[in-house]
Amino acid sequence: MTDARTDILAGLRRSLGRGGGAAAETAARKAAESAVDARISGHERHLIPDRSKLPPDQQVELFVRMATEQAASVVRVQSEAGVPSAIAEFLKAHNLPPGVKVAPQAALEALDWAREPLLEVAFGGAVASDAVSVTGAFAAIAESGTLMLVSGEDSPTALNFLPENHVVVLRADQVVGPYEDAWDRIRAAYGPGTLPRTVNFITGPSRTADIEQTIQLGAHGPRRLHIILVEEDARRGQSDGA
Amino acid sequence: MESTARAFKDNARAAVADPQLRRALGHVKVGFIEKRAKAAARLPEFEALRDAARDIKDHTLAHLDLYLERYEARVKACGGEVHWCRDAAAARDTVLAICRRAGARTVTKGKSMIGEEIGINDHLEANGITPVETDLGEYIIQLRHEPPSHIIAPAVHLTKDLIEADFRAHHGWLPAQRSLSEARELVDEARTVLRDRFLAADVGITGANFLVAETGSSIIVTNEGNGDLTQALPRVHIVLASLEKAVPTLEDVSTILRVLARSATGQEFSTYTTVSTGPRRPGDADGPEEYHVVLLDNGRSEMLGSEFRDALRCIRCGACMNHCPVYHAIGGHAYGWVYPGPIGSVLTPWLIGVEEAGNLPNASTFCGRCEAVCPMRIPLPRMLRHWREREFERHLTPAKARWGLKLWAALARRPAAYRRVTAVQARLLKAWAGRRGRVSRMPLAGGWTAHRDLPAPQGRTFHELWAARRRGVAS
Repeated sequence: MTDARTDILAGLRRSLGRGGGAAAETAARKAAESAVDARISGHERHLIPDRSKLPPDQQVELFVRMATEQAASVVRVQSEAGVPSAIAEFLKAHNLPPGVKVAPQAALEALDWAREPLLEVAFGGAVASDAVSVTGAFAAIAESGTLMLVSGEDSPTALNFLPENHVVVLRADQVVGPYEDAWDRIRAAYGPGTLPRTVNFITGPSRTADIEQTIQLGAHGPRRLHIILVEEDARRGQSDGA
Repeated sequence: MESTARAFKDNARAAVADPQLRRALGHVKVGFIEKRAKAAARLPEFEALRDAARDIKDHTLAHLDLYLERYEARVKACGGEVHWCRDAAAARDTVLAICRRAGARTVTKGKSMIGEEIGINDHLEANGITPVETDLGEYIIQLRHEPPSHIIAPAVHLTKDLIEADFRAHHGWLPAQRSLSEARELVDEARTVLRDRFLAADVGITGANFLVAETGSSIIVTNEGNGDLTQALPRVHIVLASLEKAVPTLEDVSTILRVLARSATGQEFSTYTTVSTGPRRPGDADGPEEYHVVLLDNGRSEMLGSEFRDALRCIRCGACMNHCPVYHAIGGHAYGWVYPGPIGSVLTPWLIGVEEAGNLPNASTFCGRCEAVCPMRIPLPRMLRHWREREFERHLTPAKARWGLKLWAALARRPAAYRRVTAVQARLLKAWAGRRGRVSRMPLAGGWTAHRDLPAPQGRTFHELWAARRRGVAS
C-alpha cells in the first residue's frame, strides 16, 4: 500500500491529465513546474482598487477614516513624546485603572514614561488579568483601515487578543495604500518566501453577529482598539521639546 | 457527521412549519443581502476583482499538485508538519494521535467546516478528550448538540430566547435574577466562560481559509478573535484544511480577500485576518511549539477531474445560501449534512453519494441568484443540473417523475400530437378552474397544489395564440 501523500498527488495528476510517464507528459509537467515557480518568485500583483492610490499624507487620512468606520478610535499626536499622555487620557476616558502591559519593543521601552508618573507600566507578554495592552505595529493598510502586526521576540501575539483594550502606537510613515505594499515591506524585512510565525491583520475591535445578526463588539478579543498615530517621522529622532 | 439528507423532503416540510425558525431566518433575508449589496456598490472594481479571483483559483487548480508540493516544502522548512489524509477517518485519527502525543485533555477549536466534515468533536470526545468550540455561534450549537446551519453563521437558526435557555441550562452557576435577554449579555457570558478554556487548553485546532504556497502559511479570516486565542495560547496548533485551499502567493490571497468579506458579511475586511507559518521561532515571546496541518482529500482529487471542478473554487463565504430562496424557506439543517445551500447541494452528493443526497440538487428553482453573487463565479445552477443528469442516468429519480418525463419527451418529439394534447389540456384546465381562474387541487400533481394554486390557462395554448397572431399580421 502506498502512502497517502503519493496517492493523493497521483490522484490529482490523473485528474489533471498529467498522470502517466510518457515523454509528452514529462515535458508538460516540466513546463507546468516552471510556470508555477515563476509565479511564486514573481508574486505579481493583480488589480488593485484605485481607492488607496494617493499621496502618503492622504493615505494616512484614508487610513484614519476607514479605521474609525470600523469602530477603532484614533488619536493623532505630534511626536513620540506625546504617546504616554495619550495612553493616560485613553484610560481616563474609559474609566480604566492606570496600568498597561507593554510589548517589550525598543521603541516603546524608549518612550518617556516618566511624563505620566501615575501610570503603572509593565513590559512583557499578556496574562489574563491585563486590562490594557500597548503594542507597536509593522504597518497599516489605508485601503481598509487595517493594522498589520507581526510576532517576534519582542512582540507576543497574545497582547493583541487577550486584554479587553488594545492600544497600538503607529507611525505615519508605516501607513501604506494596499495590502500588496505591506507584503513588499515584509519581504524587505524578512526575505522572500519567509514570514514571521504570525502576521495579524486587525481591522477594528473584536466583534460577533452570531446572535440574531446584531453586531456586538468585544466577542473574545479586545472590546476597544485605540490607535495612537504619531505624525512625525520618529527615525529623525526629534522631540516636540515640550 | 451522520447525514439526514435522504430525508430532505421531510426535513424541509418540518422546517417550513416551524414558526421559530421562520423568525430566525428573517434576519438572513434582509441583513446579509443588504450588506453585501452595499459593500459591492462601494468598490467600483468589485466585479473585476471577482474575475481576477476566479482566474487565480482556476490557475491554482490546474496546477494543484505542484502548488501543494511547494506549500508542503515551505511548511517543513519553517518547522511545521503536513499530514496528508485520504479520507475523514484518516484525518480524525491523525488529529487524535497528535492530541494524544501532546497529552491533551482539553482542546479549543476555532471554526472549521473541515472539522464538521470529518466529525472531529465526536471522535475526540469518544476518546476522552474534551473539544471546546470557541466561536460564539459554534459554542452555542455545541451546547445544543446540533450541527451548524450556515457556513459562516452557524447559529443563524436560533433566536435570543432559545440561546438564553441554553446558557441557563448549561451554566448552572448563573443566578436566576441575572438578566440574559440582550445579545450583549449573552456575548459577555460566553466571553467569560470561554476565557478560562482558552487558558487551560493543551491543543488549539483551527480551520484554514487559504494555504499559501509561497510561504507555507495557513490563513484564517474571523471577526471574534477566538481563532487567534485558540492558536496563540496552547502548546500545539493543528490546522484542518482541504486540498483546494491552496493559493500561489500573498498577492493572490490579497485579491481574493477583497471579495471574501464583502461577499460574506458585507464588511470591507474582516476584523482579523491571521497568517500563521510554522511553530514559534527561537526566541519568540509566545506561540505554539508545534504546528501541524491536516490536509484532507476526501474525494476532492477526483472531483478535480470531473464536471464539478469549478466548485473547488469555493471560498466558503456563504453568499449563495444568503441569497437562496430555498435556504430562506428551510434553513440549513434541512439539507441534512455539513454544507447547506446551493454549494451544499453541489458538494454533498459528491462527498456522501448521490444516492444519499440526490434530493438536494432537485431542491432548486434555478433562479440563478447564487451564481449571480458567487465571488468566485461558480456556475452553481449548471452543477445542480449535472447532478440531476447523473441521477437520471443512474435511475435514481423516483418512478413517477421518470414516467412523467418519458411521457412528456415522447409527446414533445411529435409536434402534431403535442399540439393536440396541450390544446385539450388547456381547455380542460380552464374548465376545471371555473370562474376563479385558479386550480387549487389537481389529480397526480397534489404536491404542487398543496402549497399554492396553479393559475389556469385562458383556454388556448401558446401555439394557438401564436398562429392566430401570425394570421392577423399576414392579413
